[in-house]
Amino acid sequence: MARIDFVDLAHRYGGSDTPWALQPLTMTWEEGGAYALLGPSGCGKTTLLKLVSGLLTPTRGRLLFDGRDVTALGPRARNIAQVFQFPVLYDTMSVFDNLAFPLRNRGWPEPDVRRRVQEVAELLELSGDLPLQARGLPADVQQRISLGRGLVRTDVAVVLLDEPLTVIDPHLKWLLRRKLKQVHAQLKVSLIYVTHDQVEALTFADLVVLMESGRVLQVGTPEALYAAPAHTFVGHFIGSPGMNLLPCELAEHGVRIGADTLRLDPPLLAAARRMLATTPAAACTLGFRPEAARLCAATDPDALAVPLVSVQPLGTHWLLRVSIGGHPAWVRAADGVVPAAGRVPLRLPSSALVLFVAGRRVAMPADPSAVA
Amino acid sequence: MLLCVAFSAVLPLMTIVNYSVQDIISPTQKVFVGTEWFQSVLRDPELHAALLRQLLFCGCVLLIQLPLGMAVALAMPAQGWRASLALVLLALPLLVPWNVVGTVWQVFAREDIGLLGQLLLRAGIHYNYAAVARDAWLTVLLMDVWHWTPLVALLCYAGLRAIPEVYYHAAAVDGASRYAVFRYIQLPKLRGVLMIAVLLRLMDSFMIYTEPFVLTGGGPGNATTFLSQYLTQKAVGQFDLGPAAAFSLVYFLIILVMCFVLYGLLQQADGPAAAAGRRQAP
Repeated sequence: MARIDFVDLAHRYGGSDTPWALQPLTMTWEEGGAYALLGPSGCGKTTLLKLVSGLLTPTRGRLLFDGRDVTALGPRARNIAQVFQFPVLYDTMSVFDNLAFPLRNRGWPEPDVRRRVQEVAELLELSGDLPLQARGLPADVQQRISLGRGLVRTDVAVVLLDEPLTVIDPHLKWLLRRKLKQVHAQLKVSLIYVTHDQVEALTFADLVVLMESGRVLQVGTPEALYAAPAHTFVGHFIGSPGMNLLPCELAEHGVRIGADTLRLDPPLLAAARRMLATTPAAACTLGFRPEAARLCAATDPDALAVPLVSVQPLGTHWLLRVSIGGHPAWVRAADGVVPAAGRVPLRLPSSALVLFVAGRRVAMPADPSAVA
Repeated sequence: MLLCVAFSAVLPLMTIVNYSVQDIISPTQKVFVGTEWFQSVLRDPELHAALLRQLLFCGCVLLIQLPLGMAVALAMPAQGWRASLALVLLALPLLVPWNVVGTVWQVFAREDIGLLGQLLLRAGIHYNYAAVARDAWLTVLLMDVWHWTPLVALLCYAGLRAIPEVYYHAAAVDGASRYAVFRYIQLPKLRGVLMIAVLLRLMDSFMIYTEPFVLTGGGPGNATTFLSQYLTQKAVGQFDLGPAAAFSLVYFLIILVMCFVLYGLLQQADGPAAAAGRRQAP
């Protein structure tokens, strides 16, 4: 296990005229944490993973494991383990030999190898398959073997998981993800999990690192990413559907969205004004989760009557497409009678409103998850 | 279509079968002799010797060319202009016709004017493929290695390039040695192409004719008289059409059997993976 420090780390695949695949990054990952690297395809998460594993040498900056500079070292010397997107097996070996391979390569005594392989096989429910030849087993078993090879060594600095559940059937995904959490709880091993699937990231990780276009946008717990996205992209990316983002202007007591006006908490409004003072031309965006909006009685004094565009039944609830100040937004309606057309009275609690200036969330002065 | 096959394959084969059971004394005089030619051919000690030489030669060819070809493929650069250059250089011998290869080496190894012969002479070694059986053998073998190892190397090279990069990454992470990478990743993944290389080289070397013919005509003595050489001597040299026909049928059968065996092995090599694919399909 090791703490990982990124010191001004950056990478580009071509010469200095090509864009950064990973923009300069300074960050610390604590020992024994379960991190998820989340982001759309091409956001730089795989590049970051390769830099950690030593398959890539960074263009700039340094990488420290427990304070030791490992920037120039290869994967073997860094003492990491990695599980790849698709099963990577040694075809001619048995399942047992596959699991034992990383241990034997490092000169473990054979009794220890046997004990450890049995343990890991038990954990991943592979005990019955140990004598079989790895080639020809079903894909999910093969991927569990790959996982086992990643987890078998007890002395690794970090275990890297590169979208390891891609080939697994959906019903087994839940099972394996729970297994991984168990393994993490048991072994206290540092895990880095790369994925583009937010459900996977949010259920697996203690801390999610959300990336876009080679930048780290936010590092936070799943709750923080959900409730307090640092960036409009984070708000939109997390959640299904994502946060509603509506262009707005600051008004006397709140914000104006087209012809509609919404009241905001005075401290939030004041903070937004301060942010705007430094960047006067910046655009403001109001965000709220579809789940945060409530249908209410038309007589409610705070009700916002908005035109309904369409209704999507989703079994357990409905998704209403509405128009707020001329901008489309999703609202989740869990109960009550869903109106077919016309205008719906909507209530947006001010505690659920998030304000962005130039794409960045306006933070209250005492908010620790704020980005400067 | 059927007619084409009939003219190109069946009719010539039937002619041979026809010859093999008759004693042809003159174009107008023929006697049916049954299996007599087959019996005499199979008991022919010269043929036995030629067959033995042939098998020994094929064995040597495989033993040298497969490891050498693989070593060359492993040493070749994976990409860039160096890879292209290596591929072109490697492919050059494959473009040279058989009889030219024979002539080139015939001159190359001559003691009086050949570069190799001269060099060996300077080093104090008398090398004479025309008189010494061992030297003739070595020359033919060297020729074949020079001519056909590139084919094995190209096959292996293609096989190596087809191995996904992620396997090497996994091996590096798992702390595998260079040997382990070869033994557990490269060799298993090359199984298919190696079987094809064995098939091609075995069949081809089993039918070698031109090179020893150009070099020494099968000599000195019978030292480099392989099966096809022997067959030609019988059929064209001595006009023993009956025994020659019987012999070619036997030759044909040997090759057919070898083909079947190797094809079976090849199928088996693909077998488990294919079976796994079937299992995953539904």
